[in-house]
Amino acid sequence: MSSEPSPECFTWSEPSKMTKIEHTVEAANARLRQDMLAPLTRFSGPYWIAASLCLVVIAFAGFAWANQLAYGIGAAGIRRPVYWGFYIINFVFWIGISHAGTLISAILRLTDAGWRKPVTRAAEAITVFALMIGGLFPIIHLGRAWLFYWLIPYPNERLLWANFRSPLLWDMTAIFTYVTGSLLYLYLPMIPDLAMMGRRFGGLRGKIYRALAIGWRGSDRQWHALEFAMKLMAAIILAVAVSVHSVVAFDFSMAVAPMWHSTIFAPYFVAGAIFSGIAALVIALASLRKFLRLEAYLKPMHFHNLSKLLLLMSIVWAYFTVSDHLTAWYGGDPLDMRVFNAREHGPFAFWFWLMVVCNFVVPFVLLGIKKLRTIPTIIFSSCTVLLGMWLERFLIVVPTLANPPLAAAAGSYSPSWVELAITAGTFAAMILLYLIFTRLVPIIAIWEYEHETIS
Amino acid sequence: MAEETNTALTESAQYRWALAIDLDRCTGCEACVVACHAENNIPVTPESEAAASTKHWLRIDRYYEGEFPDIKMKYRPVMCQQCDQAPCEPVCPVYATYQNGEGLNVQVYNRCVGTRYCANNCPYTVRFFNWFEPEWPEPLELQLNPDVSVRPAGVMEKCTFCIQRIQRGKLDASEEDRRVEDGDIETACSQSCPAEAMIFGDLSDSESKISKLAAQGRATQLLDELGTQPRVFYLERAK
Repeated sequence: MSSEPSPECFTWSEPSKMTKIEHTVEAANARLRQDMLAPLTRFSGPYWIAASLCLVVIAFAGFAWANQLAYGIGAAGIRRPVYWGFYIINFVFWIGISHAGTLISAILRLTDAGWRKPVTRAAEAITVFALMIGGLFPIIHLGRAWLFYWLIPYPNERLLWANFRSPLLWDMTAIFTYVTGSLLYLYLPMIPDLAMMGRRFGGLRGKIYRALAIGWRGSDRQWHALEFAMKLMAAIILAVAVSVHSVVAFDFSMAVAPMWHSTIFAPYFVAGAIFSGIAALVIALASLRKFLRLEAYLKPMHFHNLSKLLLLMSIVWAYFTVSDHLTAWYGGDPLDMRVFNAREHGPFAFWFWLMVVCNFVVPFVLLGIKKLRTIPTIIFSSCTVLLGMWLERFLIVVPTLANPPLAAAAGSYSPSWVELAITAGTFAAMILLYLIFTRLVPIIAIWEYEHETIS
Repeated sequence: MAEETNTALTESAQYRWALAIDLDRCTGCEACVVACHAENNIPVTPESEAAASTKHWLRIDRYYEGEFPDIKMKYRPVMCQQCDQAPCEPVCPVYATYQNGEGLNVQVYNRCVGTRYCANNCPYTVRFFNWFEPEWPEPLELQLNPDVSVRPAGVMEKCTFCIQRIQRGKLDASEEDRRVEDGDIETACSQSCPAEAMIFGDLSDSESKISKLAAQGRATQLLDELGTQPRVFYLERAK
């Protein structure tokens, strides 16, 4: 489609020697398929070890959850007045991570950035999995989790209806929309690859691929329809992604609680989500590169480009954080100040300053100074950003609730083993889902590379 | 302050329940807390849990005035303020808490799924969550009030202004074909207050004791700057 020369992974010869080029292109395509399809059938020892480790952690999280369901949500460490704890923090965190895929891949697709090609599918998969995991938390967090469907406005004989004035309802609506949209957005660019794999694999596996390819033959009409659908979905999913994290922010900013009731929260959360999403994407790409031996496709250039985005978002995040805290401090509302002081130099001060280091100091120094910007430092700063963004959500949720307007009702919070186990379980679930995904479809869209070389 | 209340509500309501608490009379004896416990089937938490999750629908906040040793202790009983503009209501995704026709914030235990958003959005922190199945050490389960449901684990609860007593009072009055008169209904806390610092009544009756107290210059509302329009009036000396 694009007239630019293809990425460096192909060795281009003299343009005049057409036959030679065609030959190289074909060879390159064959190698590409070889490289991409090989992992689909490669179940090595380390793969099984990693998968079983993840399963063990997930099983323990399941045990913890069963415990909580059996004995009551008091099995978690939350107590009055801190009614929301790890579950809501993890919810916001994972929904934030989900912004990696959609935003990055949609922006890069809409701007037709050539370097996106090996990145998009890995990113879109993060979105879907992070949403699946994040979406579980509001249910895990419920006092009576088995009644979660009462939040869905379904017709019933008692004429009971959900309350659409509640931000939680907006939240649920937004997340359902986002899951649906991002599944479509992951699936659409996968269709040509599914058809190709349907031709390559026999048996049940091939049948499933062929069924999922919904009759893809690669005709001109189909290509045009697919291009159009992908562009359209990219535009839609961008709007949905922004709105989803705004709505997550509304869960807090609509409340009259001190330091929550802030007009800046929606964009602040969206920026934070993109920030942590990019960090998650970098870590995922680095792991894929290492374990699937994709060095030829995921080049330093990709990490450098993503690290520039990460640096930009770090600065944006710092800007929002300063704006939020400066206005609260200058305003000096006594209720706000209690939360502010608890964060800046009270019981949460250590975590607050650790967050500042993780989210701003580390990426700003390591990524801002060109000499220091190498793949290991990019991966390191991504890890600190993930930690920092988790802490940010912790520092938004807990200090406010621990310092309610009436000082006599103040309290504290420390998580129980149940919350820790479930949190660990979701990280394991993310890794496991990714492990499974890399064995189901090629993690890099094969046709996007081939397409380019054909045209 | 009484005339600020939500007009949409007052037009249709037959009664407008309210409570006045005279802070200059309150001695902080906590008889009201105990009465509330007994009346409303509030579980007795074991000692191990008490520090973190003791549940009283009614608590006594202590405030210290002055510098040590010249200290004056002030007490403020705080329960659900039954706000007319209650922040807890709109945030509930399943309508488990809503404003009934008489200005009470009603909690529907059976409908509650336990998101706990209402409790976060309550500026008075007077909503309580059932972290576990409620338990009473023997033989305390024998004294459960049959007029009040026992709440299961996973639902929110709070002061109801003793809605079971209001209901009984209304039924009794309707049998005699009359309105509820001032003094017919007492909440458990107001009934048990030895200093008679708590007065419960109907604001729609302009002759009632509570209407007169609420109209006094001494009447204040807790955190009224938030615009929640509470139905609990604290009477204290103007400073």
